[in-house]
Order: sequence, then C-alpha cells, then structure tokens
Amino acid sequence: MPARISVIMKPGTAKEYETGSWRSMRPVVDKDKCINCLVCWMYCPDNSVLVEKGELKGFRYSHCKGCGICANQCPKKAITMVEEGKE
Amino acid sequence: MISIKEMADVPVKLTEGHRLCAGCAEPIIAKQVLLGTDKPVVVSNATGCFEVSTSGYPYNAWNVPWIHSAFENAAATISGVESAYRVLKRKGKVQDDIRFVAFAGDGATYDIGFQALSGAIERGHQFLFVCLNNEAYMNTGIQRSGATSKGAATTTCPSGTCIPGKREFPKDITKIIAAHDLPYAAQASPHNWKDLIEKSAKGFEANGPAFINVISPCPRGWRHESAMTIEIAKLAVETCLWPLYEFQDGKWKITGESKRIAEGTKEKRPIQDWIKSQGRFKHLLDPKWKNLADEFQENVDKKWEELIKLSKQ
Ligand code: SF4
Ligand code: SF4
Repeated sequence: MPARISVIMKPGTAKEYETGSWRSMRPVVDKDKCINCLVCWMYCPDNSVLVEKGELKGFRYSHCKGCGICANQCPKKAITMVEEGKE
Repeated sequence: MISIKEMADVPVKLTEGHRLCAGCAEPIIAKQVLLGTDKPVVVSNATGCFEVSTSGYPYNAWNVPWIHSAFENAAATISGVESAYRVLKRKGKVQDDIRFVAFAGDGATYDIGFQALSGAIERGHQFLFVCLNNEAYMNTGIQRSGATSKGAATTTCPSGTCIPGKREFPKDITKIIAAHDLPYAAQASPHNWKDLIEKSAKGFEANGPAFINVISPCPRGWRHESAMTIEIAKLAVETCLWPLYEFQDGKWKITGESKRIAEGTKEKRPIQDWIKSQGRFKHLLDPKWKNLADEFQENVDKKWEELIKLSKQ
C-alpha cells in the first residue's frame, strides 16, 4: 500500500481559522481622535488592526480576540472596548 | 529603520488565526523580530505555546518556511538548515541571501534546549535565537522552569501556607549565553518595539550566532488582564527586573529606558509595583512573606548594579 502523508502545502492557512468568536469585547475606534500613529497595529497580537496606506481603517473582526491591548496602548484613547451584542 | 507606516505595508510573515491566548505577547514579539530583516527567512521553532498554536493541523500561520522537530533542538535544527544553505550557496545552487531564526520558549532555552543552543553557538552558525520568555512551561499548564521568578506561584510550585511559590531565583541565561563570547546577545521587551526591532536587525546581521532574550508577559500564567500585556512588559523594564541591554563584541551596553534609568533621567520603580501587577505574586503582598518581597528587591538591585558596572568597563 502506498504511504499516505498529510502535508500542508499552502502557507498561512490559519487565516481560514476564525478566532473572532473568542471575543467578548470588541474594539471600536473614534476616527476623530485617531492620529494614525499605528501603535495599535504594532501591538496587536492577532494581525487584526487594518491599515491601508498608513491609515487605520478598522479591525479584522473575523479574527480579533478582543484582548484590549490596542485600546490600552492608544496614546489618544481613540479605541473603546464595547461588549459584544451591545451597541 | 523604516517608519511604522512602511512596516504596516510589509507582507506579514505570521498571520492571524493562530491559537495563542488573547493578549499573548509572543506573536507581538515575533512580528517585531521578523521586521528586523527584509531578507528571506527560515524559522525553526521549539515545542511550546508558540509552536503548537501557530501550527495546529490542518492550519498553519506561517508565510515563511518553518520547521519544528522537537522541544530540545530548535538550535540544532536551524544550524542544520544553515549548514545546508552554505553548501548549496557555495555550489551556486542557491543565490538568495537568506537569514535564519529560531524561536523558543524559556523551557526550550533555559532548560531543555540549552545544550543544543550552546553547541550551535560554539560551532558558530549564523542564526538568531529568540527566547520568548514567559517564565514557565505555559503550554503544558504553568509548570515552573529555570526562568521562573523566585516567589512566583506555578502549578508545580504553588503558594500555600508553608511555601511561597518558587523557592529559587531564575538563571541569568543572557549572561550565560554572553559567556560563549558570541558576536551578539541582548535583552529586550516588546513594549519598546524600536529597541527590539533594532536589536533583531543587529542579530540577523551579526555574521555569526546571535541571541535575544525577550520578556513575554502571559495573561494566563502570570494572572493579569489580557489588555495589560504591554504595560507589564514595560513595568519589567522600569523596575530594572528586566533591563534592556546588549552585549556586542565583548562590550556591554544598556539601552532604551534602562539607559535613562542608569543615567538618572528616569525613575526606577520599586519591585512592589511588579508584584502587585500579577496574580502569580499575590501571596507576596501578605505581611507574612515580606522578607521574600524584600529579598526580591535586593536581588534586582544587586543584578542591576552589576550590569551598570559591566557597562562601564
Ligand atoms: S493607536 Fe490610537 S491614535 Fe494610533 S492609530 Fe491606533 S487608534 Fe489611531
Ligand atoms: S482587541 Fe486585541 S486582537 Fe483585537 S484588534 Fe485590538 S489588539 Fe488586536
């Protein structure tokens, strides 16, 4: 019988594993306060702060675990953690 | 160094979807380390939280070549890859200029992986070894390691009526590694990302073995809120429990906030602030263990003075 080995051939497939369901608190940004310093991006453990052309665009809610580091580290207090299921 | 805006444009090497706990410092550290080079990298990983959480079959969070073989041999694995690369390069079969990095927890650095690491450094392979130091075997359920702080409660050295957590001081592994007289060794913290990225860049270009020991707060094992990870890493530096420094070409240099504390332009915070910040030290707040808290401070002071002396040589 030929040997069967299971190999993952594609890189970065963890993206398909959505850790957003772990979250109980969700980060929300007030763009009026944000100065796009990207400190939140630097400290996010889950690659979930979305940046486009140097500007903070929001969060990857499919994967953000709601740790609150971004909110805690923002020098402008532009991010608030909101309980999931509440507005 | 490129700006933070440019960094945010660099394609990620470690993706989202890994299963490290919310607020874990390890992926923050890995991201910063990997921003320290723009060359292709090969990663080897020792068994531990970081390995198991970034590679749960059938998923993997890596966009770069990544190898795991066992707990003890991340350094041996990466030295084998680096040796193969040198041969292929000599034969003209590989043209790229490639860099090599091993990630290991404190168990795989201070204890189980120490022999492989010491050997790889002695043989002079060109690689960067990064210790993600969360001060215990967290992956298997918070057991004490050679890096666990004296006085910290773990599941194998719990705090109770007779025993106040771990009874031994941790090894000073960065100094032990420096005693190998390697090109580059350093201590760093993810809160000071500029310092850590700069040190990583130096490590990648050290033209020989390089080692960086990075403090890695663990919300689960240290018993702190997940949002506090970066604050706590900073506190480790501000109390001088975890001074930022580097050892390069035989010279010791204090860096970042630690440099400002050494120069007297920044306040050194008392170790009591560190003790109060984490549940694993909760029992030390009991007057019964005051002598242990005092001893903790004395030890931090002693090590800090030693480092200042070394930096003046
Ligand atoms: S840390 Fe705060 S100010 Fe800086 S980019 Fe993020 S939200 Fe904006
Ligand atoms: S809450 Fe945590 S995981 Fe979510 S975006 Fe902020 S730092 Fe990232």
